Amino acid sequence: MNPSQDEKERIGVYVCHCGSNIAGVVDVEDVAVWAGDKLADEGVVVSRDYKFMCSSLGQEMIEQDIAEQGLTRVVVAACSPHLHEKTFRGACARAGLNPYLSELVSIREQVSWVHTDKQKATAKAKAMIAGGVERVIEQEALEPLKVPIHPATLVVGGGIAGIQAALEIAESGSLVYLVEREPSIGGHMAQFDKTFPTLDCAACILTPKMVDAGSHPNIELYTWSEVERVDGSVGNFTVTIKKKPRYVNEELCTGCGICVEKCTRNVIDGEFEAGLGYRKAIYTPFPQAVPKYPVLDTENCTYFEKGKCKACQLLCPTGAIDFEQTEQYITVTVGNIILATGFDLFDARRVPQYGYGRLKNVFTSLEFERLSNAAGPTNGEIVLRDGVTKPESVGIIHCVGSRDRNYNNYCSVICCMQSLKFAHLVKERTGATVYNFYIDMRTAYKDYDEFYQHVMEEGTIFVRGRVAEVTDAARRSGEEDKLIIQVEDTLAGRQRRIPVDMVVLSAGLEPRRDAKQVAHTFGISCSANGWFIEKHPKLDPIATMTEGVYIAGCVQGPKDIPSSVAQGAAAAARVISRINKGEIELEPIRATVDAHKCSGCRICNDLCPFNAIVWHEDEMVTEINHALCQGCGTCVAACPAGAISGTGFSNEQVMSQIEGLLMFEQPVDLLAMAV
Amino acid sequence: MSHNGSKPTEKPKFAMYWASSCGGCEIAVLNIGPKILDVDAAFDVVFWPVAMDAKYKDVEAMDDGSILLTLFNGGIRNDENERLANLLRRKSQILVAFGSCAIEGCIPGLANFSSQDQIFDAVYASVSTDNAGGIRPKTHTTVPEGILHIPEFYPVLKTLDQVVDVDYYMPGCPPESHQIATVIDLVLAVLEGKAELPPKGAVIGAGDSTCCDECPRQRNVKKITKFVRIHEMDAIDPDLCLLEQGILCNGMATRSGCGALCPQHNAPCIGCYGPAEGVVDYGARIMSALASVIDSRDPDEIERILDGIPDPAGSFYRFNLAHSLLRTGKVG
Ligand SMILES: Cc1cc2nc3c(=O)[nH]c(=O)nc-3n(C[C@H](O)[C@H](O)[C@H](O)COP(=O)(O)OP(=O)(O)OC[C@H]3O[C@@H](n4cnc5c(N)ncnc54)[C@H](O)[C@@H]3O)c2cc1C
Ligand code: SF4
Ligand code: SF4
Ligand code: SF4
Ligand code: SF4
Repeated sequence: MNPSQDEKERIGVYVCHCGSNIAGVVDVEDVAVWAGDKLADEGVVVSRDYKFMCSSLGQEMIEQDIAEQGLTRVVVAACSPHLHEKTFRGACARAGLNPYLSELVSIREQVSWVHTDKQKATAKAKAMIAGGVERVIEQEALEPLKVPIHPATLVVGGGIAGIQAALEIAESGSLVYLVEREPSIGGHMAQFDKTFPTLDCAACILTPKMVDAGSHPNIELYTWSEVERVDGSVGNFTVTIKKKPRYVNEELCTGCGICVEKCTRNVIDGEFEAGLGYRKAIYTPFPQAVPKYPVLDTENCTYFEKGKCKACQLLCPTGAIDFEQTEQYITVTVGNIILATGFDLFDARRVPQYGYGRLKNVFTSLEFERLSNAAGPTNGEIVLRDGVTKPESVGIIHCVGSRDRNYNNYCSVICCMQSLKFAHLVKERTGATVYNFYIDMRTAYKDYDEFYQHVMEEGTIFVRGRVAEVTDAARRSGEEDKLIIQVEDTLAGRQRRIPVDMVVLSAGLEPRRDAKQVAHTFGISCSANGWFIEKHPKLDPIATMTEGVYIAGCVQGPKDIPSSVAQGAAAAARVISRINKGEIELEPIRATVDAHKCSGCRICNDLCPFNAIVWHEDEMVTEINHALCQGCGTCVAACPAGAISGTGFSNEQVMSQIEGLLMFEQPVDLLAMAV
Repeated sequence: MSHNGSKPTEKPKFAMYWASSCGGCEIAVLNIGPKILDVDAAFDVVFWPVAMDAKYKDVEAMDDGSILLTLFNGGIRNDENERLANLLRRKSQILVAFGSCAIEGCIPGLANFSSQDQIFDAVYASVSTDNAGGIRPKTHTTVPEGILHIPEFYPVLKTLDQVVDVDYYMPGCPPESHQIATVIDLVLAVLEGKAELPPKGAVIGAGDSTCCDECPRQRNVKKITKFVRIHEMDAIDPDLCLLEQGILCNGMATRSGCGALCPQHNAPCIGCYGPAEGVVDYGARIMSALASVIDSRDPDEIERILDGIPDPAGSFYRFNLAHSLLRTGKVG
């Protein structure tokens, strides 16, 4: 049924060449002529092709046609909505047409980039445009949703990325809640001695920032705390923070450290000292910890074990020790959230042939960081596990758990540079012979390759090849009491056995073990291996698909300190601009439940990746919170009653698009092309 | 609705016809109890093969539009069904697709999974058939007395609205008697000028939600870890949603109206009231709903869970294959 001529929409079709991106594979002129002719009955009154529709001239063409030809609908066949939907909606809006009465048909990503046969690709582009035209007829005029932005921000994770983000925002004058799971902020960087490539002392450059973050009037620091729950959406999140009991009253504690000194229990420090040193049952993880308040570890405290001791309480000069402390829940309201929860180190035990945990003098990279740290358990002496012997030869193995199909396929980015740093430190402190075993040397970025050359000049021996095994089974003379590294030297083209005293495994970076759970709490997604997914890998690496939730640092993927800092600052800049603007406009693409049709079957209740679905037990119906819904369509597809409809994706819109796709007999079998 | 051509004293005319169906719908109408007397009082029953003698030619002789209300049950399996559908459409002011077969094909429509030859093989040449001569039906057979005609068997079963324009749809296999009674009351009220007919194309005699809405069972957030069949279960919790116990219940996708008869008797809903309002393909709907709540991310385990679904095609398209987007079991 075709509506009569005067009630028909007046549709403009614009086919983009995208330089040769589209025109190289699709006959765009033919497509435009075809659409003007064959789709005239559907209401197409203008059909043009143009070199770059997204250029200002291309956009003006649309604006002019809307004004002069009275277009009521616009179809642009070009790249993907991700890239330029906003551009063309903008053109419509400037010409006075509701921007949602336009449709972007992707003939680049879905046609020219995936096909090579020009005739077939052209036929497919035509079918897709016919689908777009049928769909745009069913489109409705919509108004963007305007949401006010609460000026406070939540930053989760107090590593270098989170600290940087918090400081930037605080400096701009807005309040930040910085939540850190550990007793102190600082993250991994606090454990290092030197940082590549400049060999700055990590503490010297980090601690001033930690102190700033701890004392800034605009930063409320919650350490030994975690985010329990997040409700609401961009502009107005309600966040519940769980503050674990420290058993130390922060208002009374002066950080004098007497309790720590007097505590009678020594405990192996598996966290900060990576198992190489001791701490007390009541402790601050390191001297420069921020905040300065100690934490009592109930699992190792004599009082919690046996019911008596309380030495710390007796000796605390301000009476700050409080054995009755319990968990506290604090609720705050924020407009934006930055996640900077960092990474975990790959567990080197998972590569049994390298012997970590079995062979005494095999160390992980973090252990080496503590060994070489002047404030570490050996005061920076690089020694074997016995605590005294200096190694005469050291083997450093790159890519442990990285670039390996059995573990992680990706490159952990920092390990080459970190291994070079280790080689330098060993040379400097012990004069030992150092071997670095690498697959490829990755020293991109400023001053990195120079550092590599410097380490080569220092005399470190580089062996190219993946180490097969580290063993203590001596076969030849000179191998007794040594660790033997078995490797195929791919440059020399032969197998080698290299005996050393110490092996350091440059373990890769992995997503936090609880990354999926954290992602779920904040309504964002993880990639298959667990890194948080950015909105766009190139153009928007710090935003996520969830409005108001940003990511910075290693949560997004392995990276070095400069990149982590840059991301922290970038995420902060985005948040600051949001706060300054006061409100944002959101896509009005939302799902809605027709309460009348909803049977309360509860199929949809747990499906929303953004936690937008609310169940009302009293009325046995489901509702969708429009502030949270991102219009992803998951629930729309799932509802067996058809009770949920999505704006922009109604049954009519989807079915008419399909009808359009199938409207013309195509010269080639498009279904066959899909395979 | 004006009754053109009928004299004021005459009662409005009523017809009911069965095409490809089991006869259950007819029983359901008779089952409305004393209300059947109201039908008799208010209507002049002119054509109803199951209840009275009548000839097709009597219907052909009637004026077009002279029957006020026709309840048409059964799908369109052969050319006789189609001829009657066209005839009754012409003669009736209101044509109701009555029951699942007329609306969506129902059980006879499941034959669309098989070709005509396969169907004839099953009927005329399987072990259960004693047909030594290998006789197959033909549309024309010459016998000494002349030529015999039997209806032509179509390659697929079609629904009533795939061959003629339909005014209303009344779902159910069969429609529940209390719903039939409600519809009859409505029609009577319209005749007395006390009510208005619903908009053309509406579903009548049913609810606008799904079966779960009428089901008293307790339900929780759905997470499916297995499918089991009733006979494999030691005991069925009488109060908990069947789906949550692993029994494939189609209630969530099936239009409300029956009062959740089956689930209330420890049997899963199998979907006889058809899809909910606006749903284009019932089977696709239910599959995407179930797929959304399978509680595993491990492909092998998901496969194992899905393997527990008894006869997926039959379970999801039992009533609606002929009216689904698939229409038939074969593409092309
Ligand atoms: C052995 C080694 C040596 C390295 N050496 C160098 C070097 O010399 N130079 C260089 O540029 N880079 C180096 N790197 C890389 C560097 O460590 C990272 O780039 C940097 O630490 C990333 O900072 P981040 O803030 O993203 O993460 P992290 O440092 O991991 O900090 C994340 C913080 O978030 C907290 N957290 C985690 N989960 C939660 C939660 N759910 N709630 C609250 N808080 C949470 C953590 O406790 C931690 O404090 C090295 C890495 C390793 C492993
Ligand atoms: S469309 Fe549904 S699942 Fe998707 S965000 Fe909205 S409510 Fe959640
Ligand atoms: S899936 Fe549909 S019918 Fe079921 S509870 Fe959700 S909205 Fe209601
Ligand atoms: S038993 Fe069936 S009808 Fe009842 S709530 Fe569960 S799915 Fe719905
Ligand atoms: S419960 Fe389902 S199968 Fe049973 S009568 Fe009702 S609609 Fe039909």
